[in-house]
Amino acid sequence: MQVIVNSEPMDVAEGSCLADLIEQVGLGGSPVAAEVNKALVPKRSHGACELAEGDRIELVTLVGGG
Amino acid sequence: MDRATDRPMDGIVENKPGQRREPAAEPLVIGERRFDSRLLVGTGKYATYELMQDALDASGSEIITVAVRRERLVNERGESLLDYIDTDRYTILPNTAGCFSAEDAVRVSRLGREILEQIGNAGASWVKLEVLGDKKTLLPDPVGTIEAVETLANEGFEVLCYTSDDPISAKRIKDAGAAAVMPAGSPIGSGQGVLNPNNIVLCLETLKDGDPDYPVIVDAGVGAASDTSIAMELGADGVLLNTAIAHAKDPVRMAHARRHATTAGRQSYLAGRIEKKLYATASSPFEGAISYIPGE
Repeated sequence: MQVIVNSEPMDVAEGSCLADLIEQVGLGGSPVAAEVNKALVPKRSHGACELAEGDRIELVTLVGGG
Repeated sequence: MDRATDRPMDGIVENKPGQRREPAAEPLVIGERRFDSRLLVGTGKYATYELMQDALDASGSEIITVAVRRERLVNERGESLLDYIDTDRYTILPNTAGCFSAEDAVRVSRLGREILEQIGNAGASWVKLEVLGDKKTLLPDPVGTIEAVETLANEGFEVLCYTSDDPISAKRIKDAGAAAVMPAGSPIGSGQGVLNPNNIVLCLETLKDGDPDYPVIVDAGVGAASDTSIAMELGADGVLLNTAIAHAKDPVRMAHARRHATTAGRQSYLAGRIEKKLYATASSPFEGAISYIPGE
């Protein structure tokens, strides 16, 4: 199925959860915050958060800023 | 002193023997937290992460701001800001820069808190709130700002809120539940200095009326080290800046200058300046002068 990650379409396996997606993009183990359809999903819930076709996901980190 | 070499560190001037020690300045208190440094600095716009590290160190700051942005998923990610920040040393203050609505600012605040909770940083419950009204001036949207402060304060955030130098907006932001109000000296990154010191004084008077310890931090626009001192001399509790150090020709030297300027301004404020007068007042006595003095 296809989901939208940081505005880009991405294929993920059926039944994937948010934790699977974060592994898939190589961010497992990194500090990363995630939103699914504009709602924050805390890290402790990444494994329980099942993704659905068309979900819009944001994966963010910290960068330099003022 | 550099403990390894037992020599003064580059750029640090030690007190000479017999020199009177500087009077202690009281700490900056924001919510339950206390800080020795009253200078808050950003981590953006540095040519390299190493330069940023050195400038942060030279600034003496204990609070540093960061932005929340999308992970790069397609290109090689390379180095991460967090690899270059001692998260035990600094309290990280995530900002909502780039947000033009209360809704987006609240989302970004939650995301920032989530990351800081993951790395166990003390700044997790903090946010530097910016709700911008216009991309050209980066001036705040006062209505969206107040809306976001209310929501975030209700969610337990300690909101350090960027605003214009308008004292009425500043008061509304405090009343909405902000932990600190941060009026801009001039537009973000403009380096124009404190353009309207009278408004900053009015913000200070309004916000500290009956609540003298309420923290007010001048945020943005402080182009020269002297601008930092001016903000502190007006009675601000701290100064927050980024571009003025990061884009200086020598950012590390400028960071040193800002550290001194912040302390100098604070001490000058506490010491109390003399009144301005139209006419001169001689510092040397006329009595006993051997010269002809007109009019006497």
